[in-house]
Amino acid sequence: MRQVSVKDITKKVRDLCISAACDLEPDVASAIRSALDKEESALGKEVLGQIVENFEIAGREHLPMCQDTGISVFFVEIGREVALDGSLEEAVNEGVRQGYKEGYLRKSVCHPLKRINTGDNTPAIIHTAIVEGGKVKIKIAPKGAGSENMSRLKMLKPAEGVEGIKAFVIETVKEAGGNPCPPIVLGVGIGGSFEKCAILAKKALLRPLGTQNPDNELNALEQELLGKINDLGIGPMGFGGRITALAVHVEASPCHIASLPVAVNIQCHADRHKEVEI
Amino acid sequence: MSEPVRISAPLTDAVVEKLKAGDKVLITGVMYTARDAAHKRLIELLNAGKELPLDLKGQIIYYVGPTPEKPGEVIGSAGPTTSGRMDAYTPRLIELGLKGMVGKGARSKEVRDSIIAHKAVYMAAVGGAAALIRRSIKKAEIIAYEDLGPEAIRRLEVVDFPAIVVNDVHGGDLFLQGVEKFRRVS
Ligand code: SF4
Repeated sequence: MRQVSVKDITKKVRDLCISAACDLEPDVASAIRSALDKEESALGKEVLGQIVENFEIAGREHLPMCQDTGISVFFVEIGREVALDGSLEEAVNEGVRQGYKEGYLRKSVCHPLKRINTGDNTPAIIHTAIVEGGKVKIKIAPKGAGSENMSRLKMLKPAEGVEGIKAFVIETVKEAGGNPCPPIVLGVGIGGSFEKCAILAKKALLRPLGTQNPDNELNALEQELLGKINDLGIGPMGFGGRITALAVHVEASPCHIASLPVAVNIQCHADRHKEVEI
Repeated sequence: MSEPVRISAPLTDAVVEKLKAGDKVLITGVMYTARDAAHKRLIELLNAGKELPLDLKGQIIYYVGPTPEKPGEVIGSAGPTTSGRMDAYTPRLIELGLKGMVGKGARSKEVRDSIIAHKAVYMAAVGGAAALIRRSIKKAEIIAYEDLGPEAIRRLEVVDFPAIVVNDVHGGDLFLQGVEKFRRVS
């Protein structure tokens, strides 16, 4: 067994919260830069230019690129040879608490009905998996509400098939318009169950931009959807333009013979994600 | 891209009438911040027949909940939030003299109609450009609802705050017009 201290996890989570808010990952930065080259709308170019300038300032001056520093979502993989000396959940939440306070990040989590802020951005959303090996891998993907609020889930009839899926994805993007701060990235989860397709959609967002889906059929579906979405003309911030989405990522999983669940998770251009291995 | 129009805030009818959907503007002057929770309290005061903590005549409300400022700084990162969440409250405030709103995303028909009827303007700032926009904010002071933290009402002094006109007094709507121009499907 390999001993891993939860104190170490807390420290790493604290740092991840701050760096994710301030430094845009290179895959996203380069996708936005190439969108700026391709955009034909003058206003669209203006918007993309401001977005590039913004993440450059944020990285340089160590400021949150967006004031909505999000609810903290984590995917944690724990090697089965790892022995933790305490609670993972508490360690992660303590890291969030420290990171949001010491990093001057906005605390954006509240009681769902009373709407009273929890004051420290906890509780975090933590998805865990036990994997082979002796390492702990922590991925963070803080999520703002502007894009999360425009995400949708639908239980389709199997007869609606892939055409039904495409129609639902496109309708979701159209309805979202400028609200989720386009250019967006789409995570689409197909199959599984009600909750599984939502997690698939969220996981799909973590695939680095510019990488291909290893499954040919899903890869073709991603390309087709991306083309159709960009034909909608919504453009950067919804002001009209060619680039509405930077990428579409699809993940699929077998489902019940009588169901076809589909989830569409919309991610804004402030596509913040970071990971660390212990 | 055409040259930006420089406007000063608070706004007047004459300034508002000149603005058209798609215009790039740079705002200099005073703006107030408010989001859902502050709007809710303002409307509750009105319903109770009480006075508001600010005079809305000619003013611009910026829909923002900034990150906390570091010691010695004016404000944290401060980009726009989704305006649609304020739609239910906005027409009442426009009737009281509110002239401008800055946020992101589309407004309801009631808000658009109210903009035309009372000569107001809705502008969008670039969502997520919070570190860039922050630079145009020179002064920030909480004037009400400090307990709401990021949602408190702040009085901002801004210089060349960048925004784009979305809904103008003439019925122009950038979201409809812009998308129309670039749509390739029916
Ligand atoms: S949708 Fe994203 S970029 Fe836009 S305000 Fe929210 S977190 Fe920021």
